[in-house]
Amino acid sequence: MSELTAYEISKKSREKGRPTAVKYIEKITENFFELHGDRKFGDDKSVVCGVAEIHGKPVTVIGIEKGDSTNEKVLRNFGCAHPEGYRKALRLMRQAEKFRRPVLCFVDTSGAFCGIDAEERGQAEAIADNIMSMMGLKTPILSVVIGEGGSGGALALAAADEVWITETSTYSVISPEGCASILFKDSSRAKEAAEALKMTAPDLKELGAVEKVIAEDGFGEEFFEKLKDDIAAFFEEKSKMSTDELVARRYDRFRRIG
Amino acid sequence: MGFDIRKFFFRKPNIALEGGEDDASAFVPEKAAIKCEKCKTLILSDDLSANGKVCAKCGYHFKMGARERIKYIADEGEFEELFADVTAGNRLDFPDYDDKLEKARAASGENEAVVCGEAKIGGINAVCFAMEPKFMMGSMGAAAGEKITRAFEYAAEKKLPVIGFALSGGARMQEGIISLMQMAKTSGAVLRHSQAGGLYISVLTDPTTGGVSASFAFEADIIIAEPAALIGFAGPRVIEQTIRQKLPAGFQRAEFLLGKGFVDAIVDRRNLKNTLSFLLSLHEEKTAKETNDEEAAV
Repeated sequence: MSELTAYEISKKSREKGRPTAVKYIEKITENFFELHGDRKFGDDKSVVCGVAEIHGKPVTVIGIEKGDSTNEKVLRNFGCAHPEGYRKALRLMRQAEKFRRPVLCFVDTSGAFCGIDAEERGQAEAIADNIMSMMGLKTPILSVVIGEGGSGGALALAAADEVWITETSTYSVISPEGCASILFKDSSRAKEAAEALKMTAPDLKELGAVEKVIAEDGFGEEFFEKLKDDIAAFFEEKSKMSTDELVARRYDRFRRIG
Repeated sequence: MGFDIRKFFFRKPNIALEGGEDDASAFVPEKAAIKCEKCKTLILSDDLSANGKVCAKCGYHFKMGARERIKYIADEGEFEELFADVTAGNRLDFPDYDDKLEKARAASGENEAVVCGEAKIGGINAVCFAMEPKFMMGSMGAAAGEKITRAFEYAAEKKLPVIGFALSGGARMQEGIISLMQMAKTSGAVLRHSQAGGLYISVLTDPTTGGVSASFAFEADIIIAEPAALIGFAGPRVIEQTIRQKLPAGFQRAEFLLGKGFVDAIVDRRNLKNTLSFLLSLHEEKTAKETNDEEAAV
């Protein structure tokens, strides 16, 4: 994949036809049972949550779902979550903590939804609460970026013990187009912005923002099988750690960045 | 009426609503007088400063520098700066960033977008930090994140409360993912301070948006906002572009957030020191002896 430019990768990360979160959940977990609602306002269909098993072991799964078909995209609000989506995710992370099962997050969003209703219901507070709560959650958390990792809306599900990323996914503080239009005052300079932001998997690994870059191999059966085994092994290893050590290491993971 | 003083002093202050980093005109200039942005009254700069940069006529709150803010609430001469040597570097080799940093330093007289230290407020020790509008509109990169993180770690260790003045357009784009990671880093530090029993009061000032509002600014025990401060996740310009409609008047202002239940109180800057002193004293850990003495005094 090294022959692609940063901007080409950024476009690929948003390409139609890529597997979205529900596909990952279907391929990687067994017996997924969806759990809805934040118990405060409503059920955000941009965030899919539930309980499932991986090789027979319980796990809480959370994924930001962009949708595939046009209808599905509209239903999922193009993967741009509202505050109630983040609050649903947090509710189920707390539940996972209570029952001592690990949390697996699939991140794929251009960002948290930007609109009147999202602001009215406290988008900033919802994201802040997720991040702070995850920093202290007493159960293992793994986040996998499977497309776009768009800014605070992505981090709200990625304050994790480790963050993995598939090789044509991106994770960034802002989209290349947004960066170009704000900083370069010219949205046609997105290509340049994509390079400058260091948003591709190898750069992110170098900067310590992700631990593992996952080869995609055309998203075939083997890709999902290997990812499933790696996730199971990761949770197995983390489950041996005391919760104090787990949380302390999570803090150190972010503490050393910058 | 041959002499019109307004010709000498009138300028159009262009108050930025969101984090326009280059917008140095949003501040009270070093001039003898300034027109209030809201009521258009001409105010002498000395009078404005003496009134906490609040318009005496209409109560409009002008932006305030980080150091000035801490000085305004701290007891006379009771502020000792911490972590002043933490500065930003151009880790990503981002185009024009070195130049921007240099300009921000020159414009603000600060090393970074955050000033931290230990202060006494109404006789009570507290760790304070404030964000600097003239330094890239308080944008948070690695150095700002590091200073805030250290402030909470220091406060947790010394068992001190924290008072933080948020002011920011958001994360600093020129530091890419590193700036985003500061949201988690600072949040982790806030949590540790909180778990150690520490009190954190966050004061949201105009503007508090983006990565700062979505991290430590909204993670406090008590959240106070300054009147009419713009507070939100996305900036109003971005929202208008996204939804293609004008936002209602007062949207994302402090009063709107109070109504929606996202801030505890709106406090006029001129009453802020008293309010903070009271809240600090209410949470002060008293030794058994002090409690007994007080009871005896009653």
